[in-house]
Amino acid sequence: MSASLTLVVLMGAMYAVGIYVMLERSLTRVLIGFLLVGNATNILIFLMSGGNGSPPLVTGTAADDSMVDPVPQVLMLTAIVINFGITAFLLALIYRSWWLAQLGEEGDTVPDEHEGETEAQTEASFDPLDLDDAAVHEVLRASDERPGDEDRTTSPDTTSPDTTKHDTTKHDTTGEDRA
Amino acid sequence: MTALVPLVVMLPLLGAAVALTLGKYPKIQIAVSTIVLSAVSVLSIALLVHVDATGPAVVHLGGWEAPWGIVLVADRLAAIMLVVSSLMLLGVLLFAIGQGIADRDSNPPPVSIFHPTYLVLAAGVFDAFVAGDLFNLYVAFEMLLAASYVLLTLGGTGARIRAGVTYIVVSLMSSIIFVASIALIYGATGTVTIALISDRVRDLPLNVQLVLCLALLVGFSVKAALFPLSFWLPDSYPTAPAPVTAVFAGLLTKVGIYAIIRTDTVLFVDVPLQTPLLVVAAVTMIVGILGAVAQADIKRLLSFTLVSHIGYMVFGIAIGSEAATTSTIYYVVHHIVVQTALFLVAGLIERVGGSTSISRLGGLLTAAPIVAVLYFIGALNLGGIPPFSGFLGKVGLFRAGVESGTPLDYVVIVAGAATSLVTLYALARVWNMAFWRRRREVEGYSSSLLASLSENPEDDGRVSLKTVSPLMVSATAGLVVVTVALTVFAGPLFALAERAAVNIEDPSSYVGSVFPVEVP
Repeated sequence: MSASLTLVVLMGAMYAVGIYVMLERSLTRVLIGFLLVGNATNILIFLMSGGNGSPPLVTGTAADDSMVDPVPQVLMLTAIVINFGITAFLLALIYRSWWLAQLGEEGDTVPDEHEGETEAQTEASFDPLDLDDAAVHEVLRASDERPGDEDRTTSPDTTSPDTTKHDTTKHDTTGEDRA
Repeated sequence: MTALVPLVVMLPLLGAAVALTLGKYPKIQIAVSTIVLSAVSVLSIALLVHVDATGPAVVHLGGWEAPWGIVLVADRLAAIMLVVSSLMLLGVLLFAIGQGIADRDSNPPPVSIFHPTYLVLAAGVFDAFVAGDLFNLYVAFEMLLAASYVLLTLGGTGARIRAGVTYIVVSLMSSIIFVASIALIYGATGTVTIALISDRVRDLPLNVQLVLCLALLVGFSVKAALFPLSFWLPDSYPTAPAPVTAVFAGLLTKVGIYAIIRTDTVLFVDVPLQTPLLVVAAVTMIVGILGAVAQADIKRLLSFTLVSHIGYMVFGIAIGSEAATTSTIYYVVHHIVVQTALFLVAGLIERVGGSTSISRLGGLLTAAPIVAVLYFIGALNLGGIPPFSGFLGKVGLFRAGVESGTPLDYVVIVAGAATSLVTLYALARVWNMAFWRRRREVEGYSSSLLASLSENPEDDGRVSLKTVSPLMVSATAGLVVVTVALTVFAGPLFALAERAAVNIEDPSSYVGSVFPVEVP
């Protein structure tokens, strides 16, 4: 069995970087780490198919040498699909935990700004900046958030219960919004 | 009859699809999932009878023979696990339906996603038991894990998201370790079919076998919650809704144990794992139960006993004799039923008493005598008091340990006996505080029994009393009756477990059922 050195090195690097990033507290980094490690594993499966040559099922044809073992590729495809689904779920989870960290459970009761409007009115007030809930923007403006302050914007600390509590200014903002 | 094997996986999956499209009609959803799980229970009992009489049922999916196609194998062990898990899933489903009906007056309608997800979880569990190749086992694990992520974070409250993050990240890591070891095994043997690996792996050098086996075991140990890898369990299970916790506690860890049994007895027969597994078993028992003693919250306490009692099953796997495997199978069945039942009882306590913390509960014996009786039977059973099934399983394991007779075996037996007593202490304290103590004594109660207990960090101290529907009580009572039935019918069950153990101890019977003519 022969293997490509480039792929082996790439796999090793992806495992190393992925596991390092996964150890961060921030959930988005855990996600990036998971993606790296998951794809490193896919490369590992691919490497295990070995070189060209002895494909199963088909034997004795002229093209034997150029064929590879298809089974690991099928396994990879399945693993990729599963990772895709899990990634989608993780993204939803990260968004939810960010939402809770910023707004708390009261955030769920903020009314939809388009509630009671007709479809045409909603269309007319369409503004790309308003895609997110207005309440979220309010809160972000109220808290002294800076774009560089990534620990607060991208990494809701889900392990400590303190972060779900929010200070009174945030309470007030959501209160006004509701009124 | 072999057509039943794929059916037990297909029915819940189809049911999940139907239930998902009927999200707006909760009553039809309930009907669909109840019918599907009842049907699977009947099918798996039929399958067990068939397999016990005529030997393993093997299905080559799509008509492709084993080394190329996907193969499903239901031997006696798999059939036993199918029967127990389908009955548990059905019981817990009825409890959840009862809880949903009781909640309807106060809350918005229950989440429409519960039934489809629950059925996907069921399909994953069943598929894991009948999977005949490692990759199919991985897919089954992913199916049940993905469903469990959704169930654990149901409703998306802060506490559940926090608990869910730990659980999900740990599960993802274990899945990745599992796939990576499948890749390595494929590289070494050129197949993922369990029966073929079992045959080919013997030609490998022992060191290579050892590495492959340990890689697989680490992945499975996370799922089965063996000691150093069990830290995630008591933090993530208790925050989920009661029926979800019950089904996780009863089934998910046992799927891991089932996979370890397969690894140890079919895949890697030659690898000497006895000493490390015995050490892990003893440490899992002791550390787990010491954690349980320190808990005030009943659900957390039960989660720690769950971790601790996994040690008994690993003990049986480690000894590896026929008698030990027999007792392990019996113990797995006992533990699935009794843990599920106890978690459901904890769900009832939560609703009747408004809390699961024993420092705030009191007077439940007079307030809810039925719950008290159900808890008492379950607690004695888990604690291993004769004549209950917990006692029988432990005696079987200890006897097999004495027959094996190495010094380490005796150490684990002592650890096991101590664990059993401490389990009884922890559960009896719950009984004293929550059931026996009078309600008016709760304020300002001081006792050495309550000294230095750690409360559930997610518990906010709010008390919310809710009504209990008769369906919830009867579902729990049904499971408790099953635990008693395990005791009453211990003789035939032990005989069945012994026949299953004979199958397992001889890997050639497994291999022979997949490749009846000759191994390619």
